[in-house]
Amino acid sequence: MKKAFPILAVLTLPLLGYAFYEAMFVAPADQMQGEVYRIIYYHVPSAWTAFVFFFINFVASIVYLIRRNPKADAVAVAAAEVGVVFCTVVLVTGPLWARPVWGIWWTWDIRLTSTLVLWLIYVSYLILRRFSQGDQMPVLASALAVFGTLDMPLVYFSIWFFRTQHPQPVIGGGGSIDPRMLHVWLLNWAAFLCYGMLIFWACYHLENLKRELEETQSLESMLEAPRF
Amino acid sequence: MSSPASITRATLAKDIRLEWRSKDAINSMLFFALLVVVIFSFSFDPIAEESRHIAGGLIWVAFLFAAVVALNQTWARELRNSVLDAYRVSPAPPNALFLAKALGNFIFVCVLEALMAPLFTVFYNLRPLGPAWQLIPVAILGTWALVVNGTFFAAMSIHTRSREVMLPLLLFPITIPALLAMVQATNAILTGQDPARFWIVLLLTYDVVFTIACLLLFETVMYAE
Amino acid sequence: MNYPQAPGFPAVVVVSDIVKRFGRFAALRNVTAEFLPRRLYVVVGDNGAGKTTLLRILAGLARPTSGTVSLLGVSDPRAAGREIGYMAHPSLLYDEMSGMENLQYFARLYGIEDDECCARVIRRVGLDPSLTRPVGQYSQGMRQRMSLARALLHDPKILLLDEPFSNVDGRSTVEMVRLLAAVRDAGTTVFAVTHQPSLLQASADEFVWMESGRIVDRTRELPSLLDAPQCEDPGFEEGP
Repeated sequence: MKKAFPILAVLTLPLLGYAFYEAMFVAPADQMQGEVYRIIYYHVPSAWTAFVFFFINFVASIVYLIRRNPKADAVAVAAAEVGVVFCTVVLVTGPLWARPVWGIWWTWDIRLTSTLVLWLIYVSYLILRRFSQGDQMPVLASALAVFGTLDMPLVYFSIWFFRTQHPQPVIGGGGSIDPRMLHVWLLNWAAFLCYGMLIFWACYHLENLKRELEETQSLESMLEAPRF
Repeated sequence: MSSPASITRATLAKDIRLEWRSKDAINSMLFFALLVVVIFSFSFDPIAEESRHIAGGLIWVAFLFAAVVALNQTWARELRNSVLDAYRVSPAPPNALFLAKALGNFIFVCVLEALMAPLFTVFYNLRPLGPAWQLIPVAILGTWALVVNGTFFAAMSIHTRSREVMLPLLLFPITIPALLAMVQATNAILTGQDPARFWIVLLLTYDVVFTIACLLLFETVMYAE
Repeated sequence: MNYPQAPGFPAVVVVSDIVKRFGRFAALRNVTAEFLPRRLYVVVGDNGAGKTTLLRILAGLARPTSGTVSLLGVSDPRAAGREIGYMAHPSLLYDEMSGMENLQYFARLYGIEDDECCARVIRRVGLDPSLTRPVGQYSQGMRQRMSLARALLHDPKILLLDEPFSNVDGRSTVEMVRLLAAVRDAGTTVFAVTHQPSLLQASADEFVWMESGRIVDRTRELPSLLDAPQCEDPGFEEGP
């Protein structure tokens, strides 16, 4: 596994660069929006990447609740942190795009709003982790992650119905997608996933090191002579 | 071994008796609820016609804040003198305790709603233009949605610093779909413009999903050190 | 360490290689021991020795980081809840209710519907069941005795007491000591963690000495202050 990390790093950098080039220069300009729309190549793949990492967090949380394996918890926290970063990118690029194109910063459209709620849930997850006392913090956090994931379909449906009753402009809207755009989307998604994996791996490794350090220190203290 | 139902009943009876005796929480809660209604009336002009359209939102946000103050003291008596340890050591199933606390909170918040709703009606001159009876299932399902997760997260907050802040911080994001449903359903009934049925079904689904989740995970949370 | 073990009397509590870590701090370090029925064990040691941690693990309030605990043949203390009575420095009682009301409620948790049972155990600790004063207004001695009543309510086979005599007046202490011996004689295994082992000198079957997360000695008698066991090196084995 350790060898894979540098290989991934070497692969990611040119992939990111190539994806950027494709997005900015090669992909055709949109008929109506012009060049501004290119932000979609950051907005949408970031969202997909965030979803992937939140899903990893969900699975790791369930594994932790069943097995209490500390490595599962390390996966969960690393995935949550990376997911929140990508989610933030989505929430920032959304308004940045909406403003020049539709004249408003935020439209409460279904995807953006669902992403906002997802972001809120996972930020509350990270805050719970930070504010918890005691060894059982991973248990509490895993429970919250399960709750959050169960919530997401309900979030989506509630906003969907809300939107059908109160329609508003949709950011990144429908309509047919030029296959060349799809190609660039997927390319950027692959690049973001690789980059996300790198960071995730580093976080995961760091968590495991912290845990090992704690264990070693406590084992050492166990060998100490009793004080008088 | 007595059944979980009798343990739930005994716990609920004990909590109601203790609350009735001290009237600590209920007095301060009632006054807080009144203050919330008054402040909202100053902030959102009750005379304007638009108020009918946003009344649903106002009412439920007011209930939400009042509920949080109630939820924060769910476990206060059990934490004093470490009474929670007595539960943990006993063979009583943890879910019996959870249901008792959730039902207690439910009754408590319903009492608050029953007092605040007439005040809102008076201040905002509300007349439901749609089927008013539907407000009852909305109130019941919506309140349970707040209370079931609130009781669970209140138990989680026991193990955190800044306990009173952690509860709303954890509760609000998860409650968003339920809150949207409650508000939209209430607005639909008050304005009579749209059917509230979808929202009531959504609330029911939310309640079922999260009641099951809380019952499955409460034992883990209760025994966390 | 050999005890006169009566044939056919299996150990009621067996702990094996218990380690309990709180972050970097190891509260219990490979504790292994067996405890027999119908005994009064007094657990002694300095603050931080791990006495309370061990007791809480036996009660099922904490899970060991590694190692096994077996109570009455059951490997999970939580499953043996019916047979465990626990008492600690906080009273584990509702301050706003009277003693009888408290016990009536906790009796329900154990499936006991009989109120006379509650009255009986209150009298056993030397208090009056008809007292309507809320527990919050009791003296410390009365409160500890009522807490002991709560722990004894369901006739547990294992009684775990954490500092039962702290801040308790003389008369209450005498009552409690007498009661603990009676409970032991009736067949219960009693563990009492205390900083005042001399109070139980007459009734104790064994003194368990803990130091820095380990059991360092088990003695039948309470040695005088000069003979208190010393630990010379980290590899100290449990002595004779």
